[in-house]
Amino acid sequence: MKKIVFGIAFILFFSFMLVSAINMRPFGEPTFSEMDDYFIKNAQSEVGANNVVTSIVFDYRGFDTLGEATVLFTTISGIIALFRRVNK
Amino acid sequence: MKEMSKIVKNITKLVYGFIIIFGFYVIVHGHLTPGGGFQGGAVVASAFALLLISYGQLEAKKLLKVDIFSLLESCGLTAFIVIAFLGLGTTFFYNFLANSGGWFGNAVTPGINPGDMNTAGVLPLMNMAVGLEVFAGLGIIVLLMAEGAEYTNKEGEHRNDR
Repeated sequence: MKKIVFGIAFILFFSFMLVSAINMRPFGEPTFSEMDDYFIKNAQSEVGANNVVTSIVFDYRGFDTLGEATVLFTTISGIIALFRRVNK
Repeated sequence: MKEMSKIVKNITKLVYGFIIIFGFYVIVHGHLTPGGGFQGGAVVASAFALLLISYGQLEAKKLLKVDIFSLLESCGLTAFIVIAFLGLGTTFFYNFLANSGGWFGNAVTPGINPGDMNTAGVLPLMNMAVGLEVFAGLGIIVLLMAEGAEYTNKEGEHRNDR
C-alpha cells in the first residue's frame, strides 16, 4: 500500500518536472523582464529614492523586510533565553 | 575574555568612533547609496565587537549594557511596525510621505542626479528603525556570548558576574 502511494506520487512529480522541462524556453533567451523594467523605469519617480534596491526592499516588498526584522528579533530573544543566568 | 596588549587597545581607542560614525552614515544614507539598515547596523555592531575583544569583558561592560540594548532593539522593531501602520489610509506599508513636498518629500528627477537627502518618504525612517534594531540585537549577541565564554572559563568556581 505504502509503495503504491509513493510510486503514484513519484510518477506525478516526475511527469510534472518533465512537462516543465519541455516547456522551458530555449537556452540563451532572456527570462521574463516586465517586472524589472517597471522597477527600473518607475521606482525613482514613484518612491523618490535614488537607490532602487532600497525602494524595492522597503516599499514594494515591505512584508519581506518585516519578516526579516521579526526573524532577527526572535533569534535574539532565543539567544537571551539560551544565555540566561542559571544559578545565583 | 582577557584584555589584549597596549598597542591593540590604543588602536581601538583611535578607530572605533570612526567605525560607529561610518555605520550610522550607511544607515542614514540608505536611500541614496548602497547599504541600508541591516548593513549599517552590522558595521556598528562590529565596532562593539572590536571594543569587547580588545578591552576585555569587564571593561567593555561599563560602556555596553544588555538592558539598554534590549530596550533599543524593541524600540526599533516597534517603530518599524508603527511606520508601516501609518500608511494604513491607503494600504499597509504605503509610502505616504513620498513626493508630498513635506518631510522627506522632495520629488526626484528620474535618471542620474546628485542625490538629495530630503527624498524617499518613509524609507529613511524605516532604515533608521531597522538599523537601530540590528545594531542593538547584534550587540546583545556579542555581549552575551562573551559572558558565556567567561562562564565556561571559570567552570570550577561557578562564577557568573552578570
